[in-house]
Amino acid sequence: METFFLIVIVLLIFLVIFQISKASEYVSILKGEEKAMKQSNKINGFLMIAFLILGLVGVWYCNKLYYPGNLFSWGAASKEGLVIDKLMWTAIYITGSVFFVTQILLFGFAYKYQYSDKRKALYYAHNNTLEFIWTSVPAITLTILIIIGLKYWFKFTGDAPKDAQLIEITGHQFAWEMRYPGKDGVLGRKNFKLTDAAMGNPLGIDWKDAASRDDVHVPTTMYVIVNKPVKLVIHSQDVIHDVGLPAFRMKMDAVPGMPTTMFFTPIYTTKEMKEKTGNPDFEYEIVCDQLCGKGHFSMKGIVKVVSELEYKAWFRNQKPAFKKAQEAALSAMNEAEPPVEAEVTNELALEK
Amino acid sequence: MTNEEALQQHSQVTQGAAIAVHADHHHKQSFITKYIFSTDHKMISRQFLVTGIIWAVIGGFFSVVFRMQLGFPDQTFPWLETIFGKWAEGGRISQDLYYTLVTMHGTILVFFVLTAGLSGTFSNFLIPLQIGARDMAAPFVNMLSYWFFFAASIVMFSSLFVSTGGSSVGWTFYPPLSALGEAAEGAKAGMDLWLISIFLFIVSQLLGGLNYVATIINMRTKGMFMTRLPLTIWSFMFTAILGILTFPVLLSAVVLLMFDRHLGTSFFLSDIVINGKILPNEGGSPVLFQHLFWFLGHPEVYIVALPAMGITSEVVSTNSRKPIFGYMAMVGSFFAITTLSMIVWAHHMFVSGMNPFLGSVFTLFTLLIAVPSAIKVFNWLTTMWRGNIIFTPAMLFSIGFVSLFISGGLTGIWLGNATIDIHIHDTYFNIAHFHLVMGVASMFGMFSGIYHWFPKMFGRFMNKTLGYIHFWITIICAYLIFWPMHYQGIAGMPRRYFDYSNWESFKMFEGLNTFISIAAIVAFIAQFLFIFNFFYSIYKGRKVTEENKNPWKSTTLEWSTPALPGHGNWPGEIPEVHRWPYDYSKGDRDFIPQTEPIGADEGEH
Repeated sequence: METFFLIVIVLLIFLVIFQISKASEYVSILKGEEKAMKQSNKINGFLMIAFLILGLVGVWYCNKLYYPGNLFSWGAASKEGLVIDKLMWTAIYITGSVFFVTQILLFGFAYKYQYSDKRKALYYAHNNTLEFIWTSVPAITLTILIIIGLKYWFKFTGDAPKDAQLIEITGHQFAWEMRYPGKDGVLGRKNFKLTDAAMGNPLGIDWKDAASRDDVHVPTTMYVIVNKPVKLVIHSQDVIHDVGLPAFRMKMDAVPGMPTTMFFTPIYTTKEMKEKTGNPDFEYEIVCDQLCGKGHFSMKGIVKVVSELEYKAWFRNQKPAFKKAQEAALSAMNEAEPPVEAEVTNELALEK
Repeated sequence: MTNEEALQQHSQVTQGAAIAVHADHHHKQSFITKYIFSTDHKMISRQFLVTGIIWAVIGGFFSVVFRMQLGFPDQTFPWLETIFGKWAEGGRISQDLYYTLVTMHGTILVFFVLTAGLSGTFSNFLIPLQIGARDMAAPFVNMLSYWFFFAASIVMFSSLFVSTGGSSVGWTFYPPLSALGEAAEGAKAGMDLWLISIFLFIVSQLLGGLNYVATIINMRTKGMFMTRLPLTIWSFMFTAILGILTFPVLLSAVVLLMFDRHLGTSFFLSDIVINGKILPNEGGSPVLFQHLFWFLGHPEVYIVALPAMGITSEVVSTNSRKPIFGYMAMVGSFFAITTLSMIVWAHHMFVSGMNPFLGSVFTLFTLLIAVPSAIKVFNWLTTMWRGNIIFTPAMLFSIGFVSLFISGGLTGIWLGNATIDIHIHDTYFNIAHFHLVMGVASMFGMFSGIYHWFPKMFGRFMNKTLGYIHFWITIICAYLIFWPMHYQGIAGMPRRYFDYSNWESFKMFEGLNTFISIAAIVAFIAQFLFIFNFFYSIYKGRKVTEENKNPWKSTTLEWSTPALPGHGNWPGEIPEVHRWPYDYSKGDRDFIPQTEPIGADEGEH
């Protein structure tokens, strides 16, 4: 019923507008086109300046509503992000001032130079000095922006710091998986053809590589240490995903068949951020930033930034993925052929 | 063969003045040869326009539906089930449908409305009329161009009706998502039809583009030097050149993707485990596809924007009663944009995993392309400065175009900077940017063109008051929709999400999402003011008379034809051109048509 009334109201409004418009056309013929043009010109000229002023008020009001509490307004939560924030502020100042100047000129000119009998338009076809100014000034400004931008671009996309903690993150429809190297600090080899979730190897880890035996697999949540760089090695199992870390200002695609990397240094623990934002539910969220299918919007991960002590306590409780795979293989065997000795299972799991 | 007949008639007509009288009394034309399989560039242009408008309504409607999901995620709308059936059970659109709508909105608006509807309409209509030719260089090929577009439209439309739904992988159709039916419902049969449709569309664009360039180079009337071309024509020429050089690359991507889908090749596939199934493909590169796609994908935004810039230049100059400022700089910046736009494509791929060194090269070129864009804006502003501005609906939309182009263009400086892009890539910031700069802005260019050339197209006037109301509602809504999205963007809110309620980081935007959706619905409804005005005026609008056949007091050639020109455009000889097209307010004259010889005491501009 509500929809019906809405439609009727819209149609009525339309009808009124059409009638007015038609009437105004007849009036303009009666009055003479010249006069009607002048009248509508006046109205539109006024609307131009009104739009400019209301628009500027709107810009201010929108900022008032949506800047405080915005994730950007908290400042970046990573060392690298702080630099990106600084670059963004530079961009805001430069493009912002150009925005205000040009929009004011545009609508201001439209208002000021609206048609008048008394004025004659100036025949002004070119001026090389002016052209030179507005070619060279933007070119120089942009060059400066490019130089600053690229300096950091090479830094952020270059090698991660030597002391960085290595974590592998793998995306699949529609979840994230983390893998930590064990004490050896090396991630074991992977081969997608070994993937077998039923046998406890959803990531396709090659157990033949000794380095893989102490790797730890944790779904969804990533634990990292505050103030210590993190190096992510990013994989995808099916389609392209993207590890997006808005609070750290970082992002990198997960591409099947082509591991990518990214590093960042968190500077606030999750707990500190909860206080800083005044939001007890605050979490560092991992968003998927590349359309990956119908569950794209639900592909959420969490980064827990903790102190080194907390991290060690947490890591001690993790079971290596290899152990889990053994158990899975064992129970699979038990289902198939109940009495099987543990050693055999072990070997089978190794071959897998 | 009616087509051959038409072709023959055309060739006779173009043979020259001696038999030009011929154009006056046509061979008897049946309904089919006049309105359907017509080789008259003006009819083909009208076909492009009407088809484009129909697509715009469909594409716009899709955006309304997915905005309803975003704005009112908890509400149900039973009428949606009436339309979409099983895809919107209980009045809530499904995730699959949501992604189909998003994909189709992008595809339809970018390709079918802003490429075919804008450049197809105005290139066809204005090129022969403004350069002084009787028709295109190859009218039959021109007709084919429309009919390939029509075929593409039919295939695209029918793809919405297959049981697994239309394509839902985004208009950028990145594999492996678009290559594997297992990855999404919308990557099954709907995707095949989508690819076939794009294939046909590319054929249409190539046929059209070759024709536009050939016509502009070869068929200008006497005295119409390249430096005397209206800027519209320059923009259409560069648009066509861009299309010819880049669409074939997209074609290759489409064909290779088809091979990957059906012939077991591995161009874009490697190391994939999907739904527990291990695929045999090894060695392919999804990033390769992105290079192929964006090699067209980026120039595509200029294919969309250049004609709007051309139209704006023409309309701003005419209605400011002033010559366009810096004609050669305008042509030069068209050239610069065309060249640079072909070497900036990978700025869409800064975080795709490609070599970071490439990223630096593409940052450089991307920020450089801002220079010719800035030149254009300052030139439009100077054209208005000390003018005597008449606010026709076309002029309003052109001013709107400049405003939106500034707003959206400036944020391009953020996104083009690779380091900043790391944070705002694929967020709402990006949506705000490209909708303002090439989406809404180009729509404004298209509206401006329609309001301006409607009298020439249909021999009648559109209602001005409706035009004014249409403009003010549309520009206000455009800013209400896309301005606040910048705030969502800097917060890192990702695009193409079905629902944000589960995300702590973006909860503060719940109210804003509703607000944007309402603004989008109002904007959509307001477009019916235009659509009604358009179709009503075709039949019932005030007639253009011979005395009033140059209503905007324009200098260009198209206004020297009869009020409603027939096939062949000029009944007698094609007029000769003696001056550039921007002699407004020169000396004590309000305007001097291009056909008037330069006086003894008068210098060229």
